[in-house]
Amino acid sequence: MNEVKNILLVGVGGQGTILASKILTSGLMTAGYDVKMSEIHGMSQRGGDVSTQVRFGDKVYSPIVGKGSADVIVAFEEMEALRWLSHLKIGGKMVVNEHRINPVPVNLGAAEYPEGIIDHLKGICDVISFKAADVAKELGNPKVMNIVLLGALVKAMGLDNIDWDAEIEANVKEKFIDINKEAFHRGYNM
Amino acid sequence: MKVIMSGNEAIARGAYEGGVRFASAYPGTPSTEILENMPQYAEKVYSEWAPNEKVAAEAAIGASIAGVRSMCAMKHVGMNVAADPIYSFAYTGVNGGFVMVVADDPGQHSSQNEQDNRNQAKTAKLLMLEPTDSQEAKDYMKKAFELSEKFDMPVLFHVTTRICHSKGIVELGDREEVDVPDYKPNIPKFVTTPANAKKLRVTLEDRLAAAREYANDCEFNTVEMGSTKIGVITSGVAYQYAKETFGDDASYLKLGLTHPLPDKLIKDFAGKVDKVYIVEEMDPYLEENVKVLGIDCIGKDVVPKYDELNTDLVRKAFLGVEPETYTAELQPVVRPPALCAGCPHRGLYYVLSKKAKKLGLMITGDIGCYTLGAAPPLSAVHTTICMGASVSKGHGASIAFRDAGKPTKVVSVIGDSTFLHTGVNSLMDAVYNGGTNLTIVLDNRITGMTGHQQNPGTGYTLMGKEAPEVNIPELCEAIGVKKENIKTVNPNKLAEVEAAMDELLVKDEPCVLITRWPCILKKFSRQDIDEFETLNKTKCVIDQEKCTNCKVCVKTTGCPALINTKEKVVIDATSCTGCTVCMQVCPFKAIEEVTR
Repeated sequence: MNEVKNILLVGVGGQGTILASKILTSGLMTAGYDVKMSEIHGMSQRGGDVSTQVRFGDKVYSPIVGKGSADVIVAFEEMEALRWLSHLKIGGKMVVNEHRINPVPVNLGAAEYPEGIIDHLKGICDVISFKAADVAKELGNPKVMNIVLLGALVKAMGLDNIDWDAEIEANVKEKFIDINKEAFHRGYNM
Repeated sequence: MKVIMSGNEAIARGAYEGGVRFASAYPGTPSTEILENMPQYAEKVYSEWAPNEKVAAEAAIGASIAGVRSMCAMKHVGMNVAADPIYSFAYTGVNGGFVMVVADDPGQHSSQNEQDNRNQAKTAKLLMLEPTDSQEAKDYMKKAFELSEKFDMPVLFHVTTRICHSKGIVELGDREEVDVPDYKPNIPKFVTTPANAKKLRVTLEDRLAAAREYANDCEFNTVEMGSTKIGVITSGVAYQYAKETFGDDASYLKLGLTHPLPDKLIKDFAGKVDKVYIVEEMDPYLEENVKVLGIDCIGKDVVPKYDELNTDLVRKAFLGVEPETYTAELQPVVRPPALCAGCPHRGLYYVLSKKAKKLGLMITGDIGCYTLGAAPPLSAVHTTICMGASVSKGHGASIAFRDAGKPTKVVSVIGDSTFLHTGVNSLMDAVYNGGTNLTIVLDNRITGMTGHQQNPGTGYTLMGKEAPEVNIPELCEAIGVKKENIKTVNPNKLAEVEAAMDELLVKDEPCVLITRWPCILKKFSRQDIDEFETLNKTKCVIDQEKCTNCKVCVKTTGCPALINTKEKVVIDATSCTGCTVCMQVCPFKAIEEVTR
């Protein structure tokens, strides 16, 4: 029996974590795994933190990724990586987008955005970090940042046995298929 | 066919497969997507947004009495609104199968309280089903209608946020078609005059007893035997956490039909195991009922009584183990939700906040995105309790201040959808009884908080048809608010808002100010585009030559499109929608509006 694997995608409302996790779960289901995915909606469109939890294996019970159990955490924003660190499995990998979004208390001057998050995390766990937003901009559409990060996630999880191009074709609008495939491969090769 | 579905999508699918023909709801997290997923079955199922949960339940009750399978759906607090009809419908019983889906929100991800509605199945005397994942959500929903007809009882279909918003693999089935009988009145059954209702009260006990017998031996309540050292009694998503915690080291009594509870089955199971653990979220609903049967068990002595449950908490409670984790010295800053860039509520709250500081206003609030007006820097909502309460709280407070000889003026803020939900009745109270609060209706042309659902004020229905639109100023006038005391303004024009507020705040009679501008995230209708000409056509930029870095824009509006660093403030071009509130508050005229 294969052990259940756990993935967390964390970020800020509006960053596209939902499409990335939709393609991910669709691929895992096609590959024959039992899959559960959990996300919290509600007030997240309004700039709050968001998390999508994906679990897969032969048989998955709880839809929630527990503390110390995520094989990979993909953080779409730096401070969210810090917020979810306690959920990373000892020996797990953190994929961090070098990107900051100020929360309201920082904007109002009531708190300071912590400096040096990525270097700090690199001293604690296995971190892969890059500027996914820049890659997306180079490709000509800032919105594909989420698929760049999905590519990096697939590499970190070693999920090479799934036809991700086919999953992208099945889940995005036709005119965006090519750019999303490219974004995926750029992220995969980071 | 297998597909991946959220619990809410699965509930909609299950209802379709179960032959439902009528579905009604008022949106509310985490239940909203149930009805949002209904129009795809429009060929067989009529679905609608009702103005509130009571209306949704009553419409579905009417359809049931007419002989068709019907349902309504709501979030947990919605069941309080719908309690009146359901408590008496339990007496009459159904004609066509009737299911009320109620979605609780343990952990209060998006709610004002954390009530456990399993208790209401007991007090209202309803059948209750609880699925543990998406597959069961679909399967149980499909069977719920038949069960309702079999026992002549309404079914409370109880789910929680983690069931509603988690996805799992679901095997789909076919729709079961049920014939609609010709209508025959049945006055003794459906007219609850005391003479009839007293008889119905007696037969309700018989129906409950029959359902309890069924619960003792039915497909919804199952035993999974493993080690007999531990016996776990559980239901809903808590079953998943229990399975993950104990695996094969325990036996399980997994309860899907949880009201009436299967007394014999519970006693029988408890007799086969050394000790009984109860794993459930929120209140000790199962535990209290198990204890009444004289069974010793461990539950809420160790399991938290509030907040959302998970496997980590169950492991800690029963096994005393906690996972090994990484820790960091750096701490993240909280990221509270905020009014979006371009939100039409910001302009109104900016002015209201200023007036409140100057005049010492009391501001009574309501349930919606605009509750976020309570957060700094606006801090312009002083109380929220429940849907529609802003206007009635404001009325009560205004009378209290008046009679106590206090000068405090009261302002009530309420969204368009919430006003039509239950705020209208409150305004009637204020007008009828001579209240003096100023009611502000924040009309953003949609039900915003739950993700953009149509309502009787938007001109469209759930099924995408054009509909008559409630005219809010005329409605207020019909209630009795004087025409000259009703003003409609564009909330993005601060001077316009301030002038109207100044005029209405000095009056000692009921007044209504309506702010009319669409939620910036909604899909604009043809009507929106025609009516609101500058929508999304412009954006603001800061002239860094003129900007003195005084931070007034950031600190008074709290707009998330303003990116504040020590050296300067810049406007994020992708999120700015050109509402121009920051431009209007800038003391140095350093912000310009430019074409997008």
